[in-house]
Amino acid sequence: MNFDNKELKDLLESVRFVYGYDFTDYAEASVKRRIDHFMNTRKITALEKLGKMILHDEKLFEEFIQEVSVTVTEMFRDPVFYKSIRENVLKRLATYPFIKIWIAGCATGEEIYSIAILLQEEGLLNRSVIYATDINQKSLQIAKDGVYPVENMKAYTANYQKAHGKKSFSEYYKAKYNSVMFDKSLKQNIVFAAHNLAVDKSFNEFQLIICRNVLIYFNQKLQNKVINLFYESLCPFGFLGLGNKESLLFTDRKKYFEEIDRKEKIFMKK
Amino acid sequence: MQGITQKYNAIAIGTSAGGLFALSGILDELPAGYPIPIMVVQHRSKDQKDLLEEVLQNKCKIRIKQADEKETIKGGFVYVAPPDYHLLVEADKTFSLSSDEAVRFSRPSIDVLFETAAIVYKDTLAGIILTGASSDGAAGITVIKEYGGLTIAQDPAEAQFPFMPESSIQTKAVQHIWTLSEIKKFLSEISNI
Repeated sequence: MNFDNKELKDLLESVRFVYGYDFTDYAEASVKRRIDHFMNTRKITALEKLGKMILHDEKLFEEFIQEVSVTVTEMFRDPVFYKSIRENVLKRLATYPFIKIWIAGCATGEEIYSIAILLQEEGLLNRSVIYATDINQKSLQIAKDGVYPVENMKAYTANYQKAHGKKSFSEYYKAKYNSVMFDKSLKQNIVFAAHNLAVDKSFNEFQLIICRNVLIYFNQKLQNKVINLFYESLCPFGFLGLGNKESLLFTDRKKYFEEIDRKEKIFMKK
Repeated sequence: MQGITQKYNAIAIGTSAGGLFALSGILDELPAGYPIPIMVVQHRSKDQKDLLEEVLQNKCKIRIKQADEKETIKGGFVYVAPPDYHLLVEADKTFSLSSDEAVRFSRPSIDVLFETAAIVYKDTLAGIILTGASSDGAAGITVIKEYGGLTIAQDPAEAQFPFMPESSIQTKAVQHIWTLSEIKKFLSEISNI
């Protein structure tokens, strides 16, 4: 993992220039680890060589994007967060005739279905639209399919129960062989789209934006830019849910948000 | 332990099963103003929140703190990796966190902290592997050695769970195999260099 920093910067700059994916403001240590892993599994020995290869081979570049854009997620991760969304946010959103939610950086979609289940249990799913976006096309396709390995369901069920789920979790999916497919009714109002937080603009106005464990991968400059993007994309008194270890501390929009749940990192636009 | 003249700018510690007892054994007498930042990965349940920090703080004078992302790494603190996140060291000596895959079934992973800390602190990093029942840390201790840092493992004969220090020792990257009291003495001596 002994990368020359200038070589790494050059590589990320040319990726940005050629493909429009901007990783230059990502937290470096994690990007380095993932690039290193990508190179090891493909026996590429020098960063310079990797640069030449991905700039000339679009298919290899797609694989590179899979590796560098992190896709690890789970359903009802941090159950208390979902419990708080149910109790502190959805109760208030219920007063709107029409609810727009943005799940930014949805990865393979486990968070989307978690939120859809909450909305259904609160009787709000029919008048909600969830916009689910990610930089990673392959992850988005998995999210659209809504098919997950059956062996994850035990942990997800436990999470769901801790999040005070109202039903039996297995009512929401059908198992077939080693996979489960989530119920079509959950998908009826989800719009899937590619969106790149590092370069793309706001595209709608939302009552709730959820973006968990995405900002930790960005440096302060990019974190600040993305929080501004969220601020602009929220309606007045709209809500923002971040990951457990993320905060608005280093952003200049801090004062424009009110803390709704300090521990679970749920904020309201003032 | 005579002859240590190298100045250390950071200490990284990795441990798993039995770690709480071992950690308090080497950290309990460090003064509040201990000048070298200490970073710890202790394998822990993701539901545990900050219990580990509280228990450790009750036994120690030095400040025990769960590491925050973007936090600047300073002396006077023992930074502990939060449950369910990897802890990484950035080039500007701040922490970052990641939700990447578990490494050797662990998140936080000792390897991730050790590797990223080695790149930044190079020969001014001391890495210590304590008791544990996993091989996490063995790859990391090798990287610390490659970058010229000092590598220490708790004596497996004394460790409550010897598998983790043994796994590190097998890589041949460990320079010192010490008991907890020897490690404690080392920590105290390097603070005066």
